[in-house]
Amino acid sequence: MVLHCYSHFLAHSLPKELKGNLIIFCADVASAMFIRATGRNLQIAYGQSLKFLDLVKLSEKSDILPSGDIAALVYLWNPFTIVACVGLSTSPVENLAIILSLYGACRRIAPLAAFGWVMATHLSLYPVILIIPMILLLGYGPDTPPRKLFLQRKYVEVGDTPSNDRCQQGEAVDQPELPYVFSWRPVIHFLFWTSLWLVYVLVLCGVSVKQYGGLWELFKRTYGFMLTVQDLSPNMGVLWYFFAEVFDFFRNFFLIVFHGNILFMILPLAIRLKHRPFFLAFVYIVISSMLKSYPSVGDSALYLGLLGLFVNELADMKFSFFLFCGYIGVSLLSPVMHNLWIWRGTGNANFYFATAMAYACLQIILVVESVSAMLNHDRKLRKLSATKVLDGKT
Amino acid sequence: MAHLPRRTHSILLILSFQICFSTIFAVFGSVFFQEEFSEELLLKPLPDRKVLAHFHFETTAPPLSTSHGRHHHLFPKAIAQLVQKFHVKEMELSFTQGRWNYDRWGGFDPISSSNAKPPGVELWAVFDVPKDQVDASWKNLTHTLSGLFCASINFLESSTTYSTHEWGFHPSSGGLRYGTLPREAVCTENLTPWLKLLPCRDKAGLSALLDRPSIYRGFYHSQRLHLTSSEFHSSGVESGIVLEQALTVVLQPNSHKMSKTFSSETKLQPSWSLSSIFGRKVTGRCILAKTSNVYLQLERGLVTGLENLQKDNMITGPDHVGSGGLKDNPGFELSVRPDKMFKEVNSLHGKSSSILYEYSIERYSVFEPFDLGLTWKFPVVWSCPRAPLHSSRFLMGSGNQRGTIAISFTSTDLEEGFLSANIGEESCKLQADIFQVVPWYIKAYYHTLRVFVDGQPEAITNVVEKMHVSPSEDKESPGVMELVLKFPCAVKSAALTLEFDKGFLHIDEYPPDANQGFDIPSAVIIFPNFQTSMHYLEDNSSNKSPMLSKFQEKSPVLSYTEVLLVPLTTPDFSMPYNVITITCTVFALYFGSLLNVLRRRVGEEERILKNSASKKAGRLPQLLSRLSAKLRGKEWEPPQSPSTSSSFISSKLILKVFIVAGVAVFWQYYSE
Repeated sequence: MVLHCYSHFLAHSLPKELKGNLIIFCADVASAMFIRATGRNLQIAYGQSLKFLDLVKLSEKSDILPSGDIAALVYLWNPFTIVACVGLSTSPVENLAIILSLYGACRRIAPLAAFGWVMATHLSLYPVILIIPMILLLGYGPDTPPRKLFLQRKYVEVGDTPSNDRCQQGEAVDQPELPYVFSWRPVIHFLFWTSLWLVYVLVLCGVSVKQYGGLWELFKRTYGFMLTVQDLSPNMGVLWYFFAEVFDFFRNFFLIVFHGNILFMILPLAIRLKHRPFFLAFVYIVISSMLKSYPSVGDSALYLGLLGLFVNELADMKFSFFLFCGYIGVSLLSPVMHNLWIWRGTGNANFYFATAMAYACLQIILVVESVSAMLNHDRKLRKLSATKVLDGKT
Repeated sequence: MAHLPRRTHSILLILSFQICFSTIFAVFGSVFFQEEFSEELLLKPLPDRKVLAHFHFETTAPPLSTSHGRHHHLFPKAIAQLVQKFHVKEMELSFTQGRWNYDRWGGFDPISSSNAKPPGVELWAVFDVPKDQVDASWKNLTHTLSGLFCASINFLESSTTYSTHEWGFHPSSGGLRYGTLPREAVCTENLTPWLKLLPCRDKAGLSALLDRPSIYRGFYHSQRLHLTSSEFHSSGVESGIVLEQALTVVLQPNSHKMSKTFSSETKLQPSWSLSSIFGRKVTGRCILAKTSNVYLQLERGLVTGLENLQKDNMITGPDHVGSGGLKDNPGFELSVRPDKMFKEVNSLHGKSSSILYEYSIERYSVFEPFDLGLTWKFPVVWSCPRAPLHSSRFLMGSGNQRGTIAISFTSTDLEEGFLSANIGEESCKLQADIFQVVPWYIKAYYHTLRVFVDGQPEAITNVVEKMHVSPSEDKESPGVMELVLKFPCAVKSAALTLEFDKGFLHIDEYPPDANQGFDIPSAVIIFPNFQTSMHYLEDNSSNKSPMLSKFQEKSPVLSYTEVLLVPLTTPDFSMPYNVITITCTVFALYFGSLLNVLRRRVGEEERILKNSASKKAGRLPQLLSRLSAKLRGKEWEPPQSPSTSSSFISSKLILKVFIVAGVAVFWQYYSE
């Protein structure tokens, strides 16, 4: 697949470009492997929780799809990934760092998670918000249905059992219950490793940029460049045109508003989706790749790949066909408009901006609908378990 | 009592007058010998039937230490103050319209290499201040000059338009700033303040020739102001401030009078006179000027042509022209007999040398105006000395994303003998320095520099001797490239290419006519191995002409390339409101819908609660309405549990009404 494409490309590329090309290619393949492993992990957790809730029938009825394989294939086959790889963009490397951190958090490998997070933050700043889902992931373990259900279930079971069997039943319940309480140990491990990696990266950076003005200059030129949208060349997002057109007087205000928009949503989402930290991480990635200052197709490739991980939960998502068509339409129209405007001079900036706007709308719909589908799924589970409980009672 | 004071008063008055007068005389007496002004005009027929007129005014002021404070007799006060205030060591400001044609008008003489300037405004200045204050001085200087010359020189203030350089343009150690405004339109509003700096303005002397319509009708027009001051030199001779004002015009004489053609390929040059090209005559000198001369220069090529003509006509020997037999000159006829004639002293180029006729204006007056005329009798064809390489610059590529700047050199073939005379044949290298400034929105990639010699790609290390690059910084500083190239002498053509990306600007950064494109300032090409100097054999006169001594100075051959016009992509200028509103709407939609999805559980629970509540108390709204009706009837009913809330609401309402009323009263009160 990508390999074929890659080998075709390799034949034409100069040996000089080969090294960078190989790195990017390897990063893509490694990300896919990690996505697959994460998906398996998530699926096992999903199956376990369903079993615990006695909803095995549900899992048997609608057979659980191998979400890890699907996500890995979606990631590798995604035209956006291929484009980013062929275009020698660095986003595959950034994606790899993000996926590495999520994988580490899922498997509770604190050093790996910390390394991934520090690298991802170092490379593109926006993954800094992923620390919340990662702490939740390390504390609670992978995604589960809401905790209340388990408590309810436990209560029902405890209440149901005769008094003489109570202690036995309690022990049996305790065993699967263990992952659902917040465990501080991996979190503290993670924080320790994070600080270690952070110091390591900062020292290395500090040593290498010492003669060019030190770390502060580095931050100003990299993170400052991202936060104050200085480069106004057209990209997939909407901020370049916005800041090319907005009155200078309001520039700072809108910079704060747009970056605040990423931050505003962190807390409500974290409260509402704290039992599904991996999905929370996915939502954060979508939001930041939609609102970041210089978005690229590589970012879309990442979240579209991760979307495959929730194929079971998001099975009844609304507008999925519309979103699919929209993505295809935008990805076809946007290069055409860019070409018309920049190269031929027959188009206008507004046409290209319109496609960027449509793309932003699609992403918004994707975020909103996926969150609502996930919440509906939880609701459905609760309803099912409630009926089950009622059935058990009667 | 009253007489004595009056007498003493009068005595004091007389005394003070005397003192005043004596000081004034002293000032006049001393300054008159020290502050000097001279005016000169050089006329030169050009090979392509045009006439070059080069006005040169020079004003000198003695150093401050030897002069009397800040009183100036001739020297313009504005300039002196400027030098004092900003510690300008050297400065040159030029306003130019049109492009100097290096092929036809010469590229190897002092006039072309020091007076031909790029279109628009060019300013460079050397400051004698500590390095960290140079930028501030530059900013102040640009603002001052912009006020003095009614031009938008203040646009050179922002750091994106000026640059410092290492060694490419002018040999000076730090403190130099260079900036150009290629699009600045030059017109009479810039000439008038320039003329105001002259002691006689344009009322008398040679500057009276400067008739605005005829000057601006010309093909090329460049007014220049060069300032050298040695006020702040710690060592060396103090020569005070020297202000050189030069105006170079290339004019086309009217040629309808000339009708007869001599042969099929050559036409007779148009005859001209001062009154025909300027529309005015010189009516005497500026009284304040020390020297007031008009020169007519015949170029080397022209002299050779005339000599050939003379040989053909079999009149006299080859050196007849040199000996000054003007009446017998076969080529042309002068209406006024020159006072003096100089011949260029040249050791290098053998056969003939250029000739300079001098006319002193002193003996002419209003009643007997000076009107030099030149009437051609026979057609003469000649060419001007040209720079070793003819350079031109152009753009390659299409689209608004990227492009390539190319600088091409073609050998002019003329100087081959010259080269071999200069340097040995074996290790013969032709050196060319390039100084190129690009604005930041032209993001040049200096690693893409490629060199082609005679059409073949050449390794950069073979050609580029030395290179200094300071990359541009977005909205901070322009990119500067300085190169020293060494070509083999036998080079026929060479080219340099440099790729760039075009930047995208904020809507406010576009000039009013954005679709016209952006100008990249001219590159400066210097041939440091070739010096231009014209040394005229003068008869040891004490009063040496400032212009001729300027010509004698050795300066490297210098030429400017064309200004490039780069079209940049433009956003839609009418869209700011639409873009802001649409984008904000979309983000508001995102925010609202996501929050709505997140808080939907609360809604459900509320619905459930409501359902359960409605079962309990279905008549609640009825009760409320009945209660309100009751409340209107009886004010102080013993409150039930729901009535507390309603009374609370009403009290809140009353409070609101009160607040609004209070605000209104305040408003009323304060507005009155």
